[in-house]
Amino acid sequence: MLASITELVSEPWVLTLLKVVAVFAVVMPMVAYSVVAERRISAWIQDRVGPNRVGIPFTNIKLLGLGQPLADGLKSLVKEDFTPAHVRKAFYWMAPALVLVPSFVVLAVVPFGSMLGAQKMVIADLDVGILFTFGIVSLGVYGIVLAGYGSNSKYPFLGGIRATAQMISYEIAMGMAVVPVFMLVGDLNLSAVIDYQASGAWLVFKQPIAFAIFLIAIFAETNRLPFDLPESETELVAGYNTEYSSMRFALFFMGEYAAMIAGSALMVVLFCGGWTLPLGDFFNTPAQSLGQGLVHIGVFIAKIAMFLCLMIWIRWMLPRFRYDQLMNIGWKRFLPASLANIILTATVLWVLHS
Amino acid sequence: MKVDRTELTWWERLYLPTLLNGFKVTLRHFFSWKRSEVYGDKQKGYAAKTTMQYPEEKWDVPTGYRGAPYLVKDVDDKTKCVSCQLCEFVCPPRAIRITPPGDSGVVDREGAEKMPKEFEIDMLRCIYCGFCQEVCPEEAIFLLEDYAITGETREELVYDMEKLLALGGADKRAYDHHVQDGVGEGIKKWETKTREAGEQPKFH
Repeated sequence: MLASITELVSEPWVLTLLKVVAVFAVVMPMVAYSVVAERRISAWIQDRVGPNRVGIPFTNIKLLGLGQPLADGLKSLVKEDFTPAHVRKAFYWMAPALVLVPSFVVLAVVPFGSMLGAQKMVIADLDVGILFTFGIVSLGVYGIVLAGYGSNSKYPFLGGIRATAQMISYEIAMGMAVVPVFMLVGDLNLSAVIDYQASGAWLVFKQPIAFAIFLIAIFAETNRLPFDLPESETELVAGYNTEYSSMRFALFFMGEYAAMIAGSALMVVLFCGGWTLPLGDFFNTPAQSLGQGLVHIGVFIAKIAMFLCLMIWIRWMLPRFRYDQLMNIGWKRFLPASLANIILTATVLWVLHS
Repeated sequence: MKVDRTELTWWERLYLPTLLNGFKVTLRHFFSWKRSEVYGDKQKGYAAKTTMQYPEEKWDVPTGYRGAPYLVKDVDDKTKCVSCQLCEFVCPPRAIRITPPGDSGVVDREGAEKMPKEFEIDMLRCIYCGFCQEVCPEEAIFLLEDYAITGETREELVYDMEKLLALGGADKRAYDHHVQDGVGEGIKKWETKTREAGEQPKFH
């Protein structure tokens, strides 16, 4: 019995399945708690207190409001799932899933730790990791566009249109921004990017322009303020999710936060050293022991959490850009800047190697 | 119409000054735990941020606030209501229902001919307009300061006379007010109203 279990666990597909379940089990609570973090941080910035009541159900223990996701989730589940009569049903039903899925798929190629036992801590160690990521991230826009189109009403439609234009524009700047990273690393595999950073300085110090452009493009890609034009509640009611209610709306919401986590994970991997820390060999070499492996995963999650906090902070700091300003920045500033950065990097590499 | 826009300098167009300023402002508020001055000295142990922790802390009800209508007793703890039913008639949503005593009326104070057998206010119907308080010749009903009327059933929210009197309590304030006005002992609101009406300027 025991032997057959160990045999089963050493099967590659079982291990992959275990990793998928583990990643899912970590990311879902992160999504839930980034919503709480969003609400608490926004409250503190606005001199409010935020949700601080819900604790452990059926007790008086408040736990600083950390039980809030339970209440929110329950509320979304038991609310009426209303489908307006005028919507195009197939697209309307498909859209929330299409928003949520790509963010999770991106996480499949992200190395979230070094080693745990003999296992590399990445679900799919693709050699074309970053190309795969960009391919999948672009799919995220379909969910929003379909929501805007399928809702068959004015405001969602406008939101959908804005989403298309915005995400396509920033996709290009984002893709161009990471080209110098791979010129330095010489590999498209995300694990290789981390290995490169483990042996030297983090890429955020070598490629600050690329990092800045990538960071801002991630804000635009995840529809976060100051680029939340598809949603812009002051102009478009709620943009693409105006006609949605209950769990479908919650799926959009979760999709946004899952996209934030995926974007933060990409930033950590590409520019901030992934699971490494420049504090000696313990943090920079692949783990030998189980404990070291867990520490590496912890470091990775902590870095993601820091980026999430930054994104939340920025949201409550800056007003929304005007549509023409958004396009202006994307096409007239970031695209030329990233192209110049590629040429600069190429020149420096050419000089160094000749 | 042409709107003149301010020409931004190169430095300003970088968005960086606004960004830094934003960081500064948000950080200042994030770490500021000062209580807002809106609540004055109502700190009660929650001396952080501006949010009022509602069920534990409550705001000061301003003078003249129209809360739930309750019956008040006089200083001798006697029912003031004389069952004239004016409030019942004036009540726009018909939230008040008075059962008059009929022939078998008993009174618990001197100077009153009768008192209601039953006096009910449906708090779910009440719109807090204050007409009942305005019309009452005996100053027996007042819109007091309660604003959070809750219950689990509809029946529970129909307050009967006993409950209304208990909630209203003895209305020392109105009594003193009248003594000061020189109207004298006992409530004769119609005298005040007549005097006030006589003091109005006449236009014909």
